Amino acid sequence: MERVPEQRNLVLILARAFAAQLATAVFLLDPEGTIIYYNEAGERLTGRPFIEGAGSTLEDWMMRRRPRDEEGHELPIQELPLGKTMLKREPAHGIIRFQTEDGVDRRIETASFPLFAHTEDFVGTISIVWPIEEDRP
Amino acid sequence: MKGRVWGSRGSIASPGPDRKRYGGNTSCIELRPPGCDVVILDAGTGIRELGVRLVREGAERMFLLLTHLHVDHLEGLGMFEPIWREQTELHIWGPASPVASLEQRIAKYFSPPLFPVHLSEVPATIEYHDASESEWQIDGARFYSNAIIHPGPTVGYRIESRGRSLAYLTDHEPALGADLDRDPSAWISGFAIAHGADLLVHDCQYTPQEYAHRLGFGHSSTEHVARFARATEVDRLLLSHHDPMHSDDQIDAMRDDVVARWGVDGDRCTAAAEGSEIVV
Repeated sequence: MERVPEQRNLVLILARAFAAQLATAVFLLDPEGTIIYYNEAGERLTGRPFIEGAGSTLEDWMMRRRPRDEEGHELPIQELPLGKTMLKREPAHGIIRFQTEDGVDRRIETASFPLFAHTEDFVGTISIVWPIEEDRP
Repeated sequence: MKGRVWGSRGSIASPGPDRKRYGGNTSCIELRPPGCDVVILDAGTGIRELGVRLVREGAERMFLLLTHLHVDHLEGLGMFEPIWREQTELHIWGPASPVASLEQRIAKYFSPPLFPVHLSEVPATIEYHDASESEWQIDGARFYSNAIIHPGPTVGYRIESRGRSLAYLTDHEPALGADLDRDPSAWISGFAIAHGADLLVHDCQYTPQEYAHRLGFGHSSTEHVARFARATEVDRLLLSHHDPMHSDDQIDAMRDDVVARWGVDGDRCTAAAEGSEIVV
């Protein structure tokens, strides 16, 4: 069906619908690491509307936001929970710091999971992010 | 392509005096792409009578596309006469599952205590094919499948032949995953299967009022199917999977509601009636 536009995998469609109803920040990445969706809570957390962040990659985001560990060391992509999940296709969890678009220093706790469709194809990554301490809603 | 509706009822077979025009058999459609053996969409109770016809014709090779394995789409298979003949070669496509093969899952229904005979005792030669996100060719027809929103593994099918296309999404709740008017097409379940089809066979089980109490059941309302048809820019619409509680008159009213909401000429939208012909 060459004339038909791209169709997201059903697992991603359902994950997006689920995330859209949540007050917790949720990020969805495709298998190549492109950010394909984040919800309103994610917009509040990053300080950037999805319409502006759509289509950027995790690497783009890291270049802009420079995530750090608790001691302030910059994290390479393979040390970031979301990056670990994307690269290794396994769950990951961690606490990181980053600076939002509007200059707020955020400390967050995040858990990421690989998404496999019925055929066991890796179709993307979902990351649930929780602001901690003073940022908790 | 030509074909026939052998069953258009959803959920459970429901014959009765107030449903003689649309019928009470569950989902089954026969399709005859030119130059291709018979294609059967779902094995609801309507497949029984089709089987009688195929035996009479002497058909030996046939293709069955199962959208999913809920009983109303599978329960006719045991009474499908061709499977009880050694010379029959039946190919079955259905959604893949990570826990069991298609054959194993069909065998759950096709075995005691739900059915007196085991699937392994069927004399016909049956080959099973996974169809979660597939594309294949048989003779002159091209087939596509894609996973769609419905509880449990479920797929929609698109069949193309000689430049004509039929999309079959008989159990489908796309409104659960997207705003059908505003979201990009890539995020709409079933979009790739249905887009630009000459004929879309689509779930239309509920009125909007009924849907309010059936959210997540996996079916569409008149409002949703009209919006989906508009979004996918199909030419014609055949409403299917009629609710077992709906009479012929109620189905007529739902078809009129879809036409009004879609905003097209009435001849572009029909409610599937048992025994009616399909021409694509």
